Amino acid sequence: MARFILKHIVRLALLLFAVSVIAFLLISLSPVDPVQANVGQAAWTSMSEAKRAQLAEYWGVDVPIWQRYVNWLTSTLQGDLGTSLRYNAPVADVISWRAGNTLLLMAVAWVVSGVLGFTLGIVAGVKRGSIVDKVVKAYCFVLAATPTFWLGLLFLMVFAVALGWFPIGFSTPIGKAAADVTLLDVAHHMVLPAITLSVVGVAQIALHTREKTIDVMESDYVRFARARGMGTWEAVRRHGLRNLALPAITLQFASISEIFGGSVLVEQVFSYPGLGQAAVTAALGGDAALLVAIAVVSSAFVFGGNLVANILYGMIDPRIRRGEAARG
Amino acid sequence: MGKWNSAALHPRETQFMSIPVLHVPLRRRVTNRKVTVASCIGAAVLLAIVVVAGQLLAGQAVTADFSAKSLMPSADHLFGTDWMGRDMLARTFAGLSTSVLIGLLAACVSALIALAIAAIAALGGKRADAVVTWFVDLFMGIPHIVMLILISYALGKGVVGVTVAVSLTHWPSLTRVLRAEILQCRESQFVAHAQKLGQSRLRIALTHMVPYVLPQFIVGLVLLFPHAIMHEAAITFLGFGLPPDIPAIGIILSESMSYLSAGMWWLALFPGLALVLTVMLFDVVGSNLRRILDPHSSQE
Repeated sequence: MARFILKHIVRLALLLFAVSVIAFLLISLSPVDPVQANVGQAAWTSMSEAKRAQLAEYWGVDVPIWQRYVNWLTSTLQGDLGTSLRYNAPVADVISWRAGNTLLLMAVAWVVSGVLGFTLGIVAGVKRGSIVDKVVKAYCFVLAATPTFWLGLLFLMVFAVALGWFPIGFSTPIGKAAADVTLLDVAHHMVLPAITLSVVGVAQIALHTREKTIDVMESDYVRFARARGMGTWEAVRRHGLRNLALPAITLQFASISEIFGGSVLVEQVFSYPGLGQAAVTAALGGDAALLVAIAVVSSAFVFGGNLVANILYGMIDPRIRRGEAARG
Repeated sequence: MGKWNSAALHPRETQFMSIPVLHVPLRRRVTNRKVTVASCIGAAVLLAIVVVAGQLLAGQAVTADFSAKSLMPSADHLFGTDWMGRDMLARTFAGLSTSVLIGLLAACVSALIALAIAAIAALGGKRADAVVTWFVDLFMGIPHIVMLILISYALGKGVVGVTVAVSLTHWPSLTRVLRAEILQCRESQFVAHAQKLGQSRLRIALTHMVPYVLPQFIVGLVLLFPHAIMHEAAITFLGFGLPPDIPAIGIILSESMSYLSAGMWWLALFPGLALVLTVMLFDVVGSNLRRILDPHSSQE
């Protein structure tokens, strides 16, 4: 087991290293001049050539890319991610505060969409062909075609603007000191973004679980259980649930990448201060250090999710653990 | 087998009852196939109409009429007008047409990349396969939207940035599918027999492998469209890429954000709804095309 986990952690480190190389390369390819982006358009045009050259030297514009990367990597490994130009603060601080917000949002959406999707999928699969099944299916097909940000806009229009039930944006009330913010405030601000993300996330897992449920209901063991006189729902609970849970867990862990993508859009719609909003600000404002760090951190979420799924799998299903050990 | 039949009966009854295929009325199966073909063609025609209408309305979409500012939807302006008096119906169609065209281009490029990489993985030996699989894992691990942001940043934002970003990021999932297909084909008996019969590699590739993989490739390509369009809209919505004077759905929706609190709901509702319908049309084309091309799923 220890070896199994170790192997996956080494793999994770390698993948994250590759992500940082790719992000670094792409950002250095960019025609956006970080020095110019830093001092601003007005200051740049009024600056003398000598001053510009001095600034360029200070920021290390002429340093070859591989050397810049090595510099970045060594300081990153020591915990220094550089300074964010847009937020005028150390990148590590910007990210750690925002990652908390994003993780909270993602976690709520992840759990809600997982539980809801799983339940809907089972109900639809057991009651195949009924009204419930048709409604669930129609819901999933429409939701699969709905852009997250548009749904967010709709919710914003209906529940925040028209009905006024929820605030229009941000994660805490405006003009309230950080110390006074209660848990209720945070929850109140998170409801709409979280619902948006959950509603979109349900589609995939519900459809998948529905297919699996249909398979299970047609299997020999369920048929035998029913032949013994067991009711439909009891057969599902006793024999179906475990078989259905495993693929659902995999799928839900694999969807972390999509949930993060959704949270970027939702954060933009609801002005929710999270990683996604910071990524957009960083890319639009030429904040290279922050952008690289966000790319690495968000990929770490996804790879971490996959890692957890693999380890959980090994614990739940001993066959897989043995298979892995035999191969590696 | 006989799924349409099970809908009429209680699920419990169908479970213990097997319906021999011979008993299914022949006429009904023919119409099934016809319905599939008709809905596939119908959806494709509708999409073509959207693109053409969008191109024709492009001029109207940017004409401002300050005597008709911020109007609610009415008979004159079905989708209402925005704060510059531009007709939202024309803007929506023009935007959809831009999005669909970029989506088409991006999906085609991505599908070709996927085909090339999958072929390298499946036919290039064990080492190439391991490298490709690792890269697919890597690209699946970077959140898609972050990759889009990075690439469009690398290309200095703009139309080119968005198009290239959407084109270069949709290949990993299709690569997995195609790699598996090609591997399956290579291991199959008919390829082994062809080799034993002394057919050249080129001949095997052309007469055995291409017909085997092509349907999957085409279906995969069509099913990439909706993703490409949604991602194009998303990245434009975030403020990358297309300049504000080109109407694109993402731009229209992000502009509408500033007017939501003023109660101008029609600015966001109709363009978004149109986008959802367009994406669903592509889904209809794709899944019906799969039924037509792939004999295994035609009975589903």
